[in-house]
Amino acid sequence: MTQAAFARAAAGCAALAGAASLPLFGDGYHMALAINIANYTVLATAWALFSGPTRYISLCTVAFFGIGAYTVAVLGELMAWPLVLAVAGAIGVALALVVGLSTLRLSGIYFVIFSFGLAELVRQLVTWFEVNVSRSVGRYVFLDVTQQAIYLQLVALAAVVFLVAWAIRRSRLGLALRIIGDDETVAQHCGIDAARAKLALFAVSALFMTLAGAIMAPRWTYIDPVIAFNPVMSFQVVIMALLGGPGRLFGPLLGVVPLAFLFDILSAQFPNHATLVLGLVFMAIVYALPDGVAGMLARRRRAGAAS
Amino acid sequence: MLIADVLLSGLTLGGMYALIAMGLTLQYGVARIMNLSYGEFLIAACFAAYVMMTGAAIDPLLGLVLALPAAFAVNWAVYRVLLLPLVRRAKSAGALEVDSILATFGLLFVVQGILLAIFGGAYFSYSYLSVPVTVIGSTVAANRLLALGFAAAIGGALALALARTRAGTALRALAADPVAAQLVAIDVRAMAAFAFALGGALVAAAGVLVSMFLTFNAAMGVVFTMKALIVVIMGGVGDLRGCLAAGLLLGLAEAAVARLVDPGLTLAVTYAIFLAVLLVRPTGLFGRKAA
Repeated sequence: MTQAAFARAAAGCAALAGAASLPLFGDGYHMALAINIANYTVLATAWALFSGPTRYISLCTVAFFGIGAYTVAVLGELMAWPLVLAVAGAIGVALALVVGLSTLRLSGIYFVIFSFGLAELVRQLVTWFEVNVSRSVGRYVFLDVTQQAIYLQLVALAAVVFLVAWAIRRSRLGLALRIIGDDETVAQHCGIDAARAKLALFAVSALFMTLAGAIMAPRWTYIDPVIAFNPVMSFQVVIMALLGGPGRLFGPLLGVVPLAFLFDILSAQFPNHATLVLGLVFMAIVYALPDGVAGMLARRRRAGAAS
Repeated sequence: MLIADVLLSGLTLGGMYALIAMGLTLQYGVARIMNLSYGEFLIAACFAAYVMMTGAAIDPLLGLVLALPAAFAVNWAVYRVLLLPLVRRAKSAGALEVDSILATFGLLFVVQGILLAIFGGAYFSYSYLSVPVTVIGSTVAANRLLALGFAAAIGGALALALARTRAGTALRALAADPVAAQLVAIDVRAMAAFAFALGGALVAAAGVLVSMFLTFNAAMGVVFTMKALIVVIMGGVGDLRGCLAAGLLLGLAEAAVARLVDPGLTLAVTYAIFLAVLLVRPTGLFGRKAA
């Protein structure tokens, strides 16, 4: 390990320790905000894990998140917590494989369209199941999990996401995905099984989203399909990852922190105009910062080094 | 009569799907903009018809005459102001696709946000010609039949215009090959803006017609975008016959499932058909081989 890499690893560990010790200081409000940030850090980084290198825009984050949350609502009181998480993750991966197998072999646009409606489809199926089979649409989640415990689990999950993302970037799979993102035809000529590489990464990304949903579920006490599959969440994840820059490991984090504060203020102060402002911010990012903050900083640094 | 029920509701539904998808096939097939905010413009037209009907007692059919040029102008402006910069910046067709998806995804929330700020999240509807009519032993509301008639007329007029007029020929040339279209002196950017605006006018027409019989709210646009996209892909991008065939197929399948199985599963049927088409014939029913 070179000295620079060692320093970076040390900085990462220090940041992790700092984040994990937060519950010692914050009160209820700060705790809620921190949970929010940790949750979106996991979601946006997991999103960028797949959509960053491949440039396949996925609009279905909340489909996986909601599945995680709903699995906990259904099974939370029946099984031990790690087992519940395992089941939730398995369901999320299974869905990702079904969706990926049917759409990722084709051109990117089919995947985008499919992902665009996936959350709505899953929501309708869950609602149908609840109405016809379990005969009640809402569910209560009575799990004895404190805010601190939720937060610490999310921070741990975020650390795992970063580690996995870092490892994938250095692996053959990561290289293969970057080539696919640049030019899929070239990738195929290099002997890369593009469909399998995309599928594998989509499943990994979905696994983390599902787990985040499962960990977040006890926060709500009451869950129904409309709450669990709220499309605004998919949207927020995309906008956060894009603001930070999906092409870099810590890019999404740069977008998560400022936007989490913005959304918090918006939903408290201007609930009626939140959607409108979100849309405007999103468009501003698409037009002004096509590579995100991280991309802009890297360009500045290169320009500075050249002059 | 079960079969007549399914057929009639399937045809009225499918006709509307075909009309809704026609505008998108122009926007995506000709102007090459994958417009995710498409359904929000449909809902906006629904609200416009509602306001005209309840506020000024303007007949929706007269409202149609007002809404068409207004929507054409708005969509033309959207293309010139928002999308043309992306077309200029795009290095390839793929880059434009990603950029237009992201920009219109943002636009989706802007339009929805405006509608939410004005009307809130409640459901709206108004009553217009909601008298029962009996056709081959099955009962249907008069406004649905009227909407179907108008959808057929608008679709027919569009097909005729595309086939017979000079502008229509230019649009078809653009759909077939944008580079070759330039070689035969077609102003590609002006025609793309025209196609996008025409698509916007069509979806506004669909919105006004749908509002006559549908209960709608500000957050419903996504479902319409979804169905329009699926119909367009199923029929083959840029092909009106495909729109009609795929729209009717989807309408009939949904009506059959809603009537025979469960109304809560219509979206699942939509997706199942979409997947089946993707697996068997990814270029759509009438599509040529993808370029």
